[in-house]
Amino acid sequence: MADAWVIETQSLSKRYGALDAVRQLDLRVSTGRITGFLGRNGAGKSTTIKMLLGMSHPTSGTGRLLGRQIDDARECRAARHHVAYVAEDKQTYAYMTVGEMIAFTRSFYGDWRIDVEARLLKQYDLPVRRKVKALSKGMRTKLALLLALARRPQLLILDEPSEGLDPVSIEELLQSLVAAAAEGSAVFFSSHQISEVERIADHVCMLDRGRLVLDASLDAIRRDFRRLEVGFAHEPPRVDWPATDVGSVRSTGRQVSILAKRNVDAMIERAYGAGAVSVESSAVSLREVFLDQATEHT
Amino acid sequence: MHFRIHPTSIQPLYLQLTQQVRHAIETGVLQPGDLLPGIRTLAEQLVVSPNTVVKAYSELEHEGVLEMRQGSGAFVAGRKATKTQSDRVRQAQERVRALVERLQTDGFSDDEIQRLVEAELFYRAPAQKR
Repeated sequence: MADAWVIETQSLSKRYGALDAVRQLDLRVSTGRITGFLGRNGAGKSTTIKMLLGMSHPTSGTGRLLGRQIDDARECRAARHHVAYVAEDKQTYAYMTVGEMIAFTRSFYGDWRIDVEARLLKQYDLPVRRKVKALSKGMRTKLALLLALARRPQLLILDEPSEGLDPVSIEELLQSLVAAAAEGSAVFFSSHQISEVERIADHVCMLDRGRLVLDASLDAIRRDFRRLEVGFAHEPPRVDWPATDVGSVRSTGRQVSILAKRNVDAMIERAYGAGAVSVESSAVSLREVFLDQATEHT
Repeated sequence: MHFRIHPTSIQPLYLQLTQQVRHAIETGVLQPGDLLPGIRTLAEQLVVSPNTVVKAYSELEHEGVLEMRQGSGAFVAGRKATKTQSDRVRQAQERVRALVERLQTDGFSDDEIQRLVEAELFYRAPAQKR
């Protein structure tokens, strides 16, 4: 079902000199969902997004955006017509007024939604006559969102959209993303704010040092992910935990701490089978999973 | 009808929503024939993915709690909850509230209490499992 993926990459990699910014990334983003793209600053999120949009060339590997090859200029342009992108710096034409900017963008799109434009202009309370360069960061984000949403894109990609916004503006931003999803757009947004992803995302993909370290639905994380504290009365034996079920394993003295992604009951049994004297299972939040995965390889 | 979602809870958001709808019906806050908010309206109000609301409503429909009518939304199905039923729920609620208050007085944090309840519901103590 190739059509079910709005983004699909194979071994996508980007190297800057000695730095592997993105490594062997197999990323798949589904249609009909809000997907959070989580990672620390410098984890490779922006680099990935730029490669997807044809703004940066992969060192190796390939990918598809709305089913079209990202490394083919013509295909990429065709895909871009149905993709709206809100960049991190929200660079627009600073010398234009808000009204001019909207009219300018509108002229490129035959299926521009004038009703959405009018509704958001009112909702965001944007000053039509003000120059773009005189807008606050929150206002610039709202303008960028309006320009993106009035196109009613198949896919909406946002790079750190909440960066530098105050809480009220963040709330409005999240609401707009929810509304876009309700209108049928697939939403893919990068963030290092766990609380945002936790609220509105159906699915989360997490990057750490250019690698995909988590690809799961939020429901699955809440339902299946557990922290197991396994105690032994002697030096912990070597146990081959099933790699697909385990996020991380750390030993401290006679205790082993495991982040289990699924099949927790089977793992508890395995722990007792290996001679454990106690096993404690507790729920984990997305924050814990994030910290666990982001510090795993240090 | 006001729903509340706790994003940091370990319970999937759609389950939080189904429980609140069921609870509102059991206590009589929601009654047969009542119209629930539309998917988009509720998603924007709670600031959650529309899929969360879709999943909650379709599960409740599957259980016969809600009735989806084409083009007009989700309605509370069935007959009015009997008085004894809502009384039972209210009494149970009182007992839970009393227990929670006692644990809080004993110095347990809300997180600890939640974990204790969850441990009882979802896992038997590991010792019993062996």
